[in-house]
Amino acid sequence: MFSYFFKRLFQAILVMIVVAFVSFSLFNFVGDPVISLTGEDSSVERQAEVREAIGLNDPVYVQFSRFLGNVIQGDFGISYQLKREVSDLIAERMPATLELVFVSALLAIIVGVILGVYTGIHRDSFVSNIILVVSLAGVSLPTFIIGIMLIYLFSVILGVLPSFGRGEVIDLGLWSTGFLTASGLKALILPSITLSLFQMTYVIRLVRAEMMEILQTDYIKFAKARGIKKNTVNYKHALKNGLIPVITITGINIGTLIAFSIITETVFQWPGMGLLFINAVYFVDIPIMSAYMIMVAFIFVMINFIVDITYYFIDPRIRIKDEMS
Amino acid sequence: MKKTLSIVLSVLVMGIFSPASANTIKWSMPGDSLTLDPHAQNEGPTHMVSRQVYEGLVTPGINMEVLPQLAESWTTTADDTWIFNIRRGVTFHDGSSLTAGDVAFSINRAKTAPSDMVDLIKSVKSARAIDDHTVEVKTDGPNPILLNQLTQIFVMSEAWSKANGCEASYNWDAGETSYCASNANGTGPFEITFREQDVRTVFEKNNNWWGNHYTHNIDKIELLPIKNDATRVAALLSGEIDYTNVVPVQDIKRIDSSMGHAVKMTPQNRTIFFGMDQGSAELNSSNIKGKNPFADKRVRLAMYHALDMDAIKDKVMRGQSVPAGIITAPGVNGHTAARDKRMAYDPETSKRLLAEAGYPDGFEVTLDCPNDRYINDEAICVAAISMFAKIGVKVNLDAKTKSQHFSEVKEGDANGMTSDMYMLGWGVPTFDSHYVYSYLFESSGSWNKVNFSNARVDELVAAMGVETDLDKRNAMIAEAWDITQEDVTYLPLHHQVVNQASKSNVDVPIRMNNEPLFRFAKVN
Repeated sequence: MFSYFFKRLFQAILVMIVVAFVSFSLFNFVGDPVISLTGEDSSVERQAEVREAIGLNDPVYVQFSRFLGNVIQGDFGISYQLKREVSDLIAERMPATLELVFVSALLAIIVGVILGVYTGIHRDSFVSNIILVVSLAGVSLPTFIIGIMLIYLFSVILGVLPSFGRGEVIDLGLWSTGFLTASGLKALILPSITLSLFQMTYVIRLVRAEMMEILQTDYIKFAKARGIKKNTVNYKHALKNGLIPVITITGINIGTLIAFSIITETVFQWPGMGLLFINAVYFVDIPIMSAYMIMVAFIFVMINFIVDITYYFIDPRIRIKDEMS
Repeated sequence: MKKTLSIVLSVLVMGIFSPASANTIKWSMPGDSLTLDPHAQNEGPTHMVSRQVYEGLVTPGINMEVLPQLAESWTTTADDTWIFNIRRGVTFHDGSSLTAGDVAFSINRAKTAPSDMVDLIKSVKSARAIDDHTVEVKTDGPNPILLNQLTQIFVMSEAWSKANGCEASYNWDAGETSYCASNANGTGPFEITFREQDVRTVFEKNNNWWGNHYTHNIDKIELLPIKNDATRVAALLSGEIDYTNVVPVQDIKRIDSSMGHAVKMTPQNRTIFFGMDQGSAELNSSNIKGKNPFADKRVRLAMYHALDMDAIKDKVMRGQSVPAGIITAPGVNGHTAARDKRMAYDPETSKRLLAEAGYPDGFEVTLDCPNDRYINDEAICVAAISMFAKIGVKVNLDAKTKSQHFSEVKEGDANGMTSDMYMLGWGVPTFDSHYVYSYLFESSGSWNKVNFSNARVDELVAAMGVETDLDKRNAMIAEAWDITQEDVTYLPLHHQVVNQASKSNVDVPIRMNNEPLFRFAKVN
């Protein structure tokens, strides 16, 4: 058992080091932060001064080890443009992104499972076909178009939901939440629908495929033959087994949701890490860009690690394989 | 916890004490101020915010004229010495009084690295307080545009800055974060009472402002940055914001036709143009080897005549541009309507000139263009390329994000290759041609990437920098423009147009540099 864990842990650390190196390389290859810092009409001497001050003249290995040492301690440096600690900025913005991602994931799973089950059981009904066609839109329409359309419908024409921002937010020390205010909840609706749509489609189709396959299996046939009630068969037996792959996909997709949240956050001016990152790209604010990359990689790696560990306990086949080797 | 408490308290206080209807303007623009420290970033939105809460010795008025602000009057006692008389009875938002010491401190702080204002006031050698209400500023030689430059230098409280650890604008070596970056203490008509970067900044009327006899009826301003153009327009149309000074051109008609909204426009002090490398022996991206087509003035002239800026104005800019004949905008000293009259769109003449110059079959070259800096920048380049194709010049487009574009134009790309042809836009914050000359035409100009070098122009630029006799100086400026316009050093495209949109009952005067002055605004 421990060898399985250690192998996974070792792989995770390896991935993090590679990501750290790539994000460190950003400092050398992406645009010119010096002009971003000093402005287009600054003198050559001023630029040389700044170049020296932020350490761009030291050799690569010195810069990388300095970087790695700092990152491990949680020090991502100071933003070139905003001149504040990057770790502070990320801590401030993370609650917004995580709340949005959490609500989107929940929406995608709940609605996805319900509709997936429905379309799985009633395979060819008219309503099922409508659901499948509309869900295609969720995958094929770009996120920002869905967002803008929702804004125009609900904010401009109907005037019932806010078009931007997080609404009123209650500060609970380390975390700021929009869940506790009416305006915060209203502000969550459109962005989370926008962000959840593409994942919702995957969940619908995945659950539908799983349901259709499971409903053909022998044990379901025997259960029906035994006379067990239809609802019990569908939900207690079929659905429960069909959910295992959904859990895996969702776990991995939370990472993708965080990545896609960049677009949703830009459309809705949602003050999360995605918007922070996009602004950093415009200004070539490399400390923020590299910190964001490392944070997102860390979240991905952590989630995958947890999924792997959970799988070890849920799926007996892995345990057996591990014990045999 | 503290924030919750203060939110609850301020709601209570506002409920009890606020007038029946507080006039609030909800203002939006794509970017936010990068820092509340008025010397740390020489950048548009950052100064727009500082301008509402901080003040300078002098300030640009609505029509960009230099007006006294914290200085009531001034004299020059020698070519390099200025004496400013500081206004009495002015207080900072924290209640302390303004003295000449604060002014001297601020000027010295602004001209010392790591301030971002260093280059702007490098002609200032020293600033000191002679007494509580008099400041002496010494320059390194006569500087006729010192006042224009000082309009961008804001005055901070010396005691407050020192007490809060921001005596210097920012200390890179120590890696410290600055209190002044997230807090402001100025003398201006508004004070900042809430600041959350990229989300919301709240300004409230300063009831102790020295200028309160001005009639403005604004009690509160809320800056709500919205990066996405479509979302910002939607927020305006839905009533969630009242005013924006950045309007995408394709939405102007839509907003104008909405019953409760109005759009204003005015030419901006920024001109867009193409630069053509005329100094290099050979062009990096061209199929012509051994000589440089752009070195021949006839070729540059041919490129000029190939551009139909009226068509671009109509189709690409949707009417929101002013075709230009000179690369500086109306309102800048040195600009005249005669100089700004564009030469005719005449592709036949272009082809003839090219043939005369020895390029009857045209040539190839690459155009470097930003895609997220100027209004419709990439679209303009695409349109221009099709126009150049008509005269036989095959232009390849290399469009990229602004951080890459400007670093490549300024320093060359990853292989050290310089740009043969590029788009650039130049704003003139001092409203004087010298600013344009020192960067774009002087042989050593830091943005003169067309390798233009003319000894007479260099002489004139040096002379106009120190000439205090206005007539003589204007004659120098005129002569320099004569030479450079004749040379077709740059291809002028158009002056950008500033657009503002607001609710019909919100009146914010529009200005050439797109910087709103809320002390002149009115809510009806």
